[in-house]
Amino acid sequence: MQQFFDTYLPHVAPLKEEFITSTWQTLYMVGVTALIAGILGILLGVILLVTDKNGIMANPFIFHILDKFVNIFRSIPFIIMMAMIVSFTRWVVGTSIGTTAAIVPLVVGTTPFFARQIQNALVEVDPGVIEAAQAMGTSPLGIIFRVYLKEGLAGIIRAASITIVNLIGLTAMAGAIGGGGLGNLAIARGYNRFFNDITLVATLIILAMVFISQFIGNLLIKKVSH
Amino acid sequence: MIELKDINVTFTQKKQTIDAVKEVNLSVDKGDVYGIVGFSGAGKSTLVRTINLLQPPTTGEVFVGKKPLQLLSPSELREERKKIGMIFQHFNLMNTLTIHENVAFPLKGSALSKAEKKQKVTELLELVGLSDKSKAYPSQLSGGQKQRVAIARALANDPKVLLCDEATSALDPQTTLSILKLLKELNQKLSLTIVLITHEMQVVKEICNKVAVMENGRIVEKGNIVDIFSKPQSPVTQNFINTATHIDQALETILSHKSVVHIGPQDFLAKITYLGDTTSEPLVAHLYSQFHITTNILSGNIEILQDTPIGNLIVTFSGEQENLAQALAYLEEKQIQVTPITKDITN
Ligand SMILES: Nc1ncnc2c1ncn2[C@@H]1O[C@H](COP(=O)(O)OP(=O)(O)OP(=O)(O)O)[C@@H](O)[C@H]1O
Ligand SMILES: [Mg+2]
Repeated sequence: MQQFFDTYLPHVAPLKEEFITSTWQTLYMVGVTALIAGILGILLGVILLVTDKNGIMANPFIFHILDKFVNIFRSIPFIIMMAMIVSFTRWVVGTSIGTTAAIVPLVVGTTPFFARQIQNALVEVDPGVIEAAQAMGTSPLGIIFRVYLKEGLAGIIRAASITIVNLIGLTAMAGAIGGGGLGNLAIARGYNRFFNDITLVATLIILAMVFISQFIGNLLIKKVSH
Repeated sequence: MIELKDINVTFTQKKQTIDAVKEVNLSVDKGDVYGIVGFSGAGKSTLVRTINLLQPPTTGEVFVGKKPLQLLSPSELREERKKIGMIFQHFNLMNTLTIHENVAFPLKGSALSKAEKKQKVTELLELVGLSDKSKAYPSQLSGGQKQRVAIARALANDPKVLLCDEATSALDPQTTLSILKLLKELNQKLSLTIVLITHEMQVVKEICNKVAVMENGRIVEKGNIVDIFSKPQSPVTQNFINTATHIDQALETILSHKSVVHIGPQDFLAKITYLGDTTSEPLVAHLYSQFHITTNILSGNIEILQDTPIGNLIVTFSGEQENLAQALAYLEEKQIQVTPITKDITN
């Protein structure tokens, strides 16, 4: 084992501590962002869904504003967006540098993406079932919580799984503003110093995270589908 | 029980407007099983959806149990909808809930205790004959079973009215009959008023006491089903009835085997419809002895609608022209409808 590391990955073993810290930083950014963006995204996605013209609370005014907002924020490249909202970030967390500061742009970058995914997933809920619920005298909130979020659960999990994979990708870029994490490690230690083995191992850890989240997603989807 | 007054529904899409329902007046009495038939696109679904305001009419008034639904607040309307059950062509059950949970869905917020709700659901599943499926999921049931669950769910809040939009259109003929039988039982046992939409007159014949025929958004004919079946006025209605009573089919067979059934060029081919106890045999004998008209019955059937037999025969009359005229006058006097079949029988 030791020999394997020495031969093929000579620069990895000495940076063991840094690898562990970076992995935790990535997990921290992904976890906290997923939580915040998850709640905001579901909220935004549901509002888009119900205010659309065939929605249960159709409201063209609100719909068009939110729809434009989501489109614009989805179109801005993440690395530029981080720079653009830097004063907002400072206002929210007191600093614009570091792992916690990276969470602000990550949430801003992830929420519109997730909201759109949620909207698309919930549109797939059989309109007949919505109609049946309305015919039974279910209130709009009842329809959102008892029908859309329940019948659309598999779609929501699928959307979450895609979004998390996307988010893991974004955390690598967050390294650029001192966010730390595996992306930063791969660039700062691997790429800049030509230590390709470091880049390789960082990539493998990221891939492992992606596969695990996809695996869990699929498992949950299977569990909620009948 | 249900009053629709001057209902119009207009959809505007881009610059195009579609008048889906035009000037419809309909009144459904308590205990009626009211059929609404029409071809696809006639406006049936749109019309029935105005009854619980899933589709608010563009103009016109809707009353259910004397209440003007359009004057209710959204929450009052929701309470009222709980008293108007509805079932659909594609059942519209929730796939993520068990059968028991599906039936319990509309009971949320009702005054019943948890145990009472459970009891209620159990009773409803028993009523529709699915007690053993309460823990299953919809995907594990057949179409007929799913519709039974949908019926149980629609009855959860003890509605006065049940709206059925093509409830049997996705089912095979035998399952259709069993669902219709269940609806009829519910109509009698619970004195449930039923409005039933279909494109099959066969279904109407099975359980309705009244029927309205729709074409291009209008009701072209409505009334008691015995009247409609024995004296259909409009071409659409005749068309539907000929299909339902298999007259069309019989006629096609006859016309494609003319040599076998011996229709002469001078013969008068007609459909005869008679009501009640009149039977064909003395009639045939009478036409011969009195008017020297030979009647040849090519096809016939008898339907029992609302305990009234309605006979439909396809016959040829042969004899002298003036005798034939007298015979037809005699039949008219006897309230027997004779509809000449004008399809060219010589080629
Ligand atoms: N939401 C809507 N927007 C625009 N047009 C509609 C809408 N709903 C129905 N229509 C139109 O109204 C007309 C009547 O439709 P409806 O669904 O009531 O017919 P139907 O008799 O129930 O037909 P089917 O037997 O196919 O169900 C059709 O021309 C249809 O295209
Ligand atoms: Mg329809």
